[in-house]
Amino acid sequence: MALSDKDRIFTNLYGLHPWNLKDAQRRGSWDGTAAIIAKGRDWIIEEMKQSGLRGRGGAGFPTGMKWSFMPKSNPDGRPSYLVVNGDESEPGTCKDRDIIRNDPHLLIEGCLYAGVAMGAHAGYIYVRGEYYNEIQVLQAAIDEAYEAGLLGPNAAGSGWDFDLYVHRGAGAYICGEETALIESLEGKKGMPRLKPPFPAAVGLYGCPTTVNNVETIAVVPAILKRGASWFSSFGRPKNVGTKIFCIQGHVNKPCNVEAEMSIPMRELIERYAGGVRGGWDNLLAVIPGGSSTPLLPKHICDDVLMDFDALREHKSGLGTAGVIVMDKSTDIIKAIARLAQFYKHESCGQCTPCREGMGWQKRLMDRMVEGRAEIAEIDVLESVTRQIEGHTICALADGGVWPVQGLIRHFRPLMEERIREYHAKKSGGAMPLAAE
Amino acid sequence: MSAPHSPHHEEPASFAFDAESEAQIEKILKRYPEGKQASGVIPLLYVAQKQMGRATGSAWVPRVAMDTIAERLGMAPIRVYEVATFYFMFNTKPIGRFHLQVCGTTPCWLRGSDEVLRACKDAGHLKGYGDTSEDGLFTMTEVECLGGCVNAPILQVDDDYYEDMDYESTVKLLEALKRGERPKPGSMQGRQGSAPIGGPETVLDIPMRHAAPGRAGEE
Repeated sequence: MALSDKDRIFTNLYGLHPWNLKDAQRRGSWDGTAAIIAKGRDWIIEEMKQSGLRGRGGAGFPTGMKWSFMPKSNPDGRPSYLVVNGDESEPGTCKDRDIIRNDPHLLIEGCLYAGVAMGAHAGYIYVRGEYYNEIQVLQAAIDEAYEAGLLGPNAAGSGWDFDLYVHRGAGAYICGEETALIESLEGKKGMPRLKPPFPAAVGLYGCPTTVNNVETIAVVPAILKRGASWFSSFGRPKNVGTKIFCIQGHVNKPCNVEAEMSIPMRELIERYAGGVRGGWDNLLAVIPGGSSTPLLPKHICDDVLMDFDALREHKSGLGTAGVIVMDKSTDIIKAIARLAQFYKHESCGQCTPCREGMGWQKRLMDRMVEGRAEIAEIDVLESVTRQIEGHTICALADGGVWPVQGLIRHFRPLMEERIREYHAKKSGGAMPLAAE
Repeated sequence: MSAPHSPHHEEPASFAFDAESEAQIEKILKRYPEGKQASGVIPLLYVAQKQMGRATGSAWVPRVAMDTIAERLGMAPIRVYEVATFYFMFNTKPIGRFHLQVCGTTPCWLRGSDEVLRACKDAGHLKGYGDTSEDGLFTMTEVECLGGCVNAPILQVDDDYYEDMDYESTVKLLEALKRGERPKPGSMQGRQGSAPIGGPETVLDIPMRHAAPGRAGEE
């Protein structure tokens, strides 16, 4: 059964209504806030744990558990910080944008609960620089909340002091990595830190910090108001809740939509996005969760469920739930090569396997698009991606090689055919043996 | 590529924040704890870039502005330079009056970003990425995923997203910019945000209070 509107959290996903405080309150924002906070920090964390919410930024780490890592007291006088990750830059992902511009009070109210739960009196929402107009809305919504006494001293009459600020990024995918984001917020280049120490011990300004995705924080008010069991009633065990999916590419009606977790991919695409262009049988492959998640060929898409575990069973992932649909007209090698270019562009350059590897991979992929390669180089490419994977400080390089690995896993015959065609056309010509 | 025909491509001899910028800076620096004003470096680079746009018609950050920021924030100038050059959104060379930022990443490419690029070249008289038009009106940059993928392809002009573009709508947009008009950003197909074409099919029936409790009098 399809999710009904009464169970949707993002009731203004499309901006049909004004984003401002008065209208947000009519949609239920800031209702009973002080009473919820009065239940206490431990209650909030326990309710979040019970809800089964897993982080919506891509990694899917249990939110309640993450919050519980924050120190209960700060004898050394260091403050704790909430940092919200709105850097949204994973290709295929555009959900946080809608929350920020259309439902900012869900996010702001969620920040207050999160702040209380982690003992933070201040929070920073880091939003990607390109979302300039969205940031204007968010800042105006925060200003409204201050004026109404919902932020600042004794926020919402809860007895908890809480300040909230917006910080604008400046065009760097890497700043979506939590420690790079913290570096950036401190005024430095966005280069990830070695972990440990984890941010909960040493984060922003050397203080205990938890970084959560925008969507993660924005669903908190609904969970605390409607109950953990309501939230966990959607989806399969360990994959619960509702989720914004960004359905795009070769579908008849691309859109964002909030649906229940574990919805079958085919149902998601056909019910909400008007189906695949030319019909389901015209489907070639789907990248199910943003660019870092390996593509799935049609036969897997036929019955796979959209959740963390089902997609992982197929060596892919839910990621950010950016569903990139490609029909049979797609040059799939080129589609993946363009992602390789993306990761090359976005590597921060700190780790050698990533700095050199992303460029090497991109150059070899460009040759694979033409077929200007040897068939044995497919194995070289696969082997090099395995050398890169797991050998860098952060997961950018992992996310950069997975799409290529997925291509080789499912479309190797096509890559070989492309190479044979090229050789047939240029028979007798000298071939380059390695990437330039 | 800098703008060879732009009158603004020389490094200015000095830079000082104007009153509008100073008002913004005052607000910005209040966001960060005492002693952590280095956090203001990205915001101040934006302030400087905007001011250059206001003053010269080319929104970029000259080195003297970075030096001014370094002094203001008590940072070594090199720390500001490395931030300004690390992040993609700071223009360290002069650009045209309108910055055409074409998203070429896979989600936009699948929906026809090559056509947006072709239209920008044709209507903007641009040779390719990095080029600035002879009249100094347009600079074109290829950008990575803009995060508006269900409204692909996207052309960002300065701070604004123009969505669901094709060749014709891109040409039309550039012609309007040449005439000094600024068409409303958003979907060029009339979509409501990220809703499907033809109108939203969900969140149409949401519970709504007529007034927030105790606030009826404020209606």
